[in-house]
Amino acid sequence: MKLKLATVALGAAMAAGPVMADLVFPSLSYRTGPYAAGGIPFADGYADYFTLLNERDGGIGGVPIKVIECETGYNTEKGVECYESTKGEGSLVYQPLSTGITYQLIPKTTADGIPMHTMGYGRTSAKNGDVFSHTFNYPANYWDGASGAVNYLLEENGGDLSGKKIALVYHNSAYGKEPIRTLEELSAKHGFELAALPVDHPGQEQKSQWLQIRRDRPDYVLMWGWGVMNQVAVQEAANIRFPMENFIGIWWSGSENDVLPAGEAANGYKALTFHNVGTDFPVFDDLQKHVIDAGKAAGAGDQVGTALYNRGLYAAMLAAEAAKTAQEIHGTAEITPAMMRDGMEALEMTEAKMTELGLPNFGPTFSVSCDNHGGDALVGVTQWDAANKAWTLISEFKPTDGDVIGGLIGEDSAAYASENNIDSRCN
Amino acid sequence: MFYREAGDFKTSYIDDSQTFPIKFDRYRYYVVLAVAFGIIPFLINDYLANALLLPFLIYAIAAIGLNILVGYCGQVSLGTGGFMAVGAYACYKLMTAFPDVSMFIHVLLAGGITAIVGVLFGLPSLRIKGFYLAVATLAAQFFLVWLFNRVPWFYNYSASGQINAPERDVFGIIITGPNAPAWATYLFCLIFLSLCALIARNLTRGTTGRTWMAIRDMDIAAEIIGVNPLKAKLTAFAVSSFFVGIAGALFFAVYLGAVEVGEVFGIQKSFLVLFMIIIGGLGSIFGSFAGAAFLVLLPVVLKVVGADWLGWPTDIVAHLQLVIVGGLIILFLILEPHGLAQLWRVAKEKLRLWPFPH
Repeated sequence: MKLKLATVALGAAMAAGPVMADLVFPSLSYRTGPYAAGGIPFADGYADYFTLLNERDGGIGGVPIKVIECETGYNTEKGVECYESTKGEGSLVYQPLSTGITYQLIPKTTADGIPMHTMGYGRTSAKNGDVFSHTFNYPANYWDGASGAVNYLLEENGGDLSGKKIALVYHNSAYGKEPIRTLEELSAKHGFELAALPVDHPGQEQKSQWLQIRRDRPDYVLMWGWGVMNQVAVQEAANIRFPMENFIGIWWSGSENDVLPAGEAANGYKALTFHNVGTDFPVFDDLQKHVIDAGKAAGAGDQVGTALYNRGLYAAMLAAEAAKTAQEIHGTAEITPAMMRDGMEALEMTEAKMTELGLPNFGPTFSVSCDNHGGDALVGVTQWDAANKAWTLISEFKPTDGDVIGGLIGEDSAAYASENNIDSRCN
Repeated sequence: MFYREAGDFKTSYIDDSQTFPIKFDRYRYYVVLAVAFGIIPFLINDYLANALLLPFLIYAIAAIGLNILVGYCGQVSLGTGGFMAVGAYACYKLMTAFPDVSMFIHVLLAGGITAIVGVLFGLPSLRIKGFYLAVATLAAQFFLVWLFNRVPWFYNYSASGQINAPERDVFGIIITGPNAPAWATYLFCLIFLSLCALIARNLTRGTTGRTWMAIRDMDIAAEIIGVNPLKAKLTAFAVSSFFVGIAGALFFAVYLGAVEVGEVFGIQKSFLVLFMIIIGGLGSIFGSFAGAAFLVLLPVVLKVVGADWLGWPTDIVAHLQLVIVGGLIILFLILEPHGLAQLWRVAKEKLRLWPFPH
């Protein structure tokens, strides 16, 4: 009994005492549940990059990194539990990888003074840093994705989409509904016809939606899907012989898991992206040497180089760079969440910096400011090659329609600011 | 020895029919109340509140509500998630429409609206029962979730279809939103739970509760002795939905703060609350508490032990958790079909005789 009590006391002491020696990066991952296929590679990439920094450079600015992993299962209640249990450990930045959890954490992180980075997901209007002081969504958001897809189609069609029909197949949740408003604006601007087809969680049943597509024959299909919904959609598109090169998914619908089950039929499927694909970057040699060969890879270690692994790696890299920026600004290696927020707000990603990190042209160049927490909104397009089982970047990172998106962001963030009595802080 | 009724004489009928007739039980109940109201608010922190206590209190309210319908009145319902969603969305609409009104009133009104919706969906129970009624309430679950996803008026036309709880207070103390102190949210939910439990206890041991139980045990016999099945079934649906609606409103406004109906109030929620009352004990108020505590605390305890102390990979712990919770449910159903409440009753019987069982 005494031993038990001692263990409990020790555990409590360890949990309570702030560990100032490490830079803590919590990883709210999901390796279980219906969305695990997407959660595992992201979590692996996120953890592996920090392991690499620890092994190769001894951390960031000489301070070792500690990654605390907490399983959310893509479930908001577990997400809250994870947030509450890790926030006391000096967590520097949260990346929940779930739009539902993001909505919950936006007010909580702001109240607790901890920054949150929702890279390519979450609440789009968080780009307006004037209102959302602790939420960042650089380098691109859903509305950039919607506009990027339309811009790409404009390019394909010589700048004219009038009279074309575009269908949107979306996950019937906060995540899937995000692009609709932008696409409606864009359809008015460019004169294409938009049809929105919701798919309910988890998305295994899509027969009726694809029957409708088969009947209406849209010229293009866009998809906002996640998890098992993606592979079912690609399979259904193949079943109705929809031309794959006219089928474009958002970046969350563009991983190997989504296209491999359909095999040869998925060839030519396209997906948007805000980072590069493949392992043809110098940093992967270091990863192989310091992390994978040393047996320190996260998870099963079989995800290296997949689209979502690269995204996790990219997210970790941006977090590490923001931490470095914070260390420079405040002149101390042991930064706090408040300093981390300043670092994120002053983050600047240049080609030279990415080359130096061993990731040349891995993502778009962008800079963050007090007003702009969303970066410069550059979006690229990748295409699946079923024969080689690889994604290739077919369109470089290009700007999106800032006029339309800027207006919508202003409107939505103003509504949030008035609901929550937030004053302007940037000027 | 400590726990006995010898020498504990009652001199009036009121004394004799009180909830805790044994002195030791009564004092234990006062101690629990004193700790819950007087001590925990001073020790509480964000983690304890948001990870353990708030979900426990809120699920306990929902479990009491469902227990009235399923445990006391015998009407199987799979629509709990949908009715919780009604409470949540009613609370949201009220909060945004009348920002100056106290949260207390909003939550009560949300419960009232849910009661009306519950009665509407309870109407089929007058014609069908058993599995068929379960399917009818399942339809309510899917219809309500679809409705809140489909009609933008319910989520105030927000782009994402999410609802977010704005900051609201009771007598100047912030109850909802990120700046609400842990003790305030805890006490707010605790007050509702205490009131609900008191009401439920007194309803179930009075005339209303007896008519419910008569309907549950044999509806034809009950009708012959003069119980009005229409009134009994619809009051059960109304009271049950009232509690479930309060739970939904608190779940959204106080606990989560932001809700997406399909994810939070889906069919899993209906099953979770149903499991709580089955494990806790059908037809028992204490069982509702025990079941809620069991299913809220167990995953957290397993996570703390597995991932934080033993340092196992998080995915293995998450999978083990499913295995252990599933195994325990089966074990309980085989060894003690009447749930944790029955275990508690047996333990009390044993204690009363201890240390001289013969």
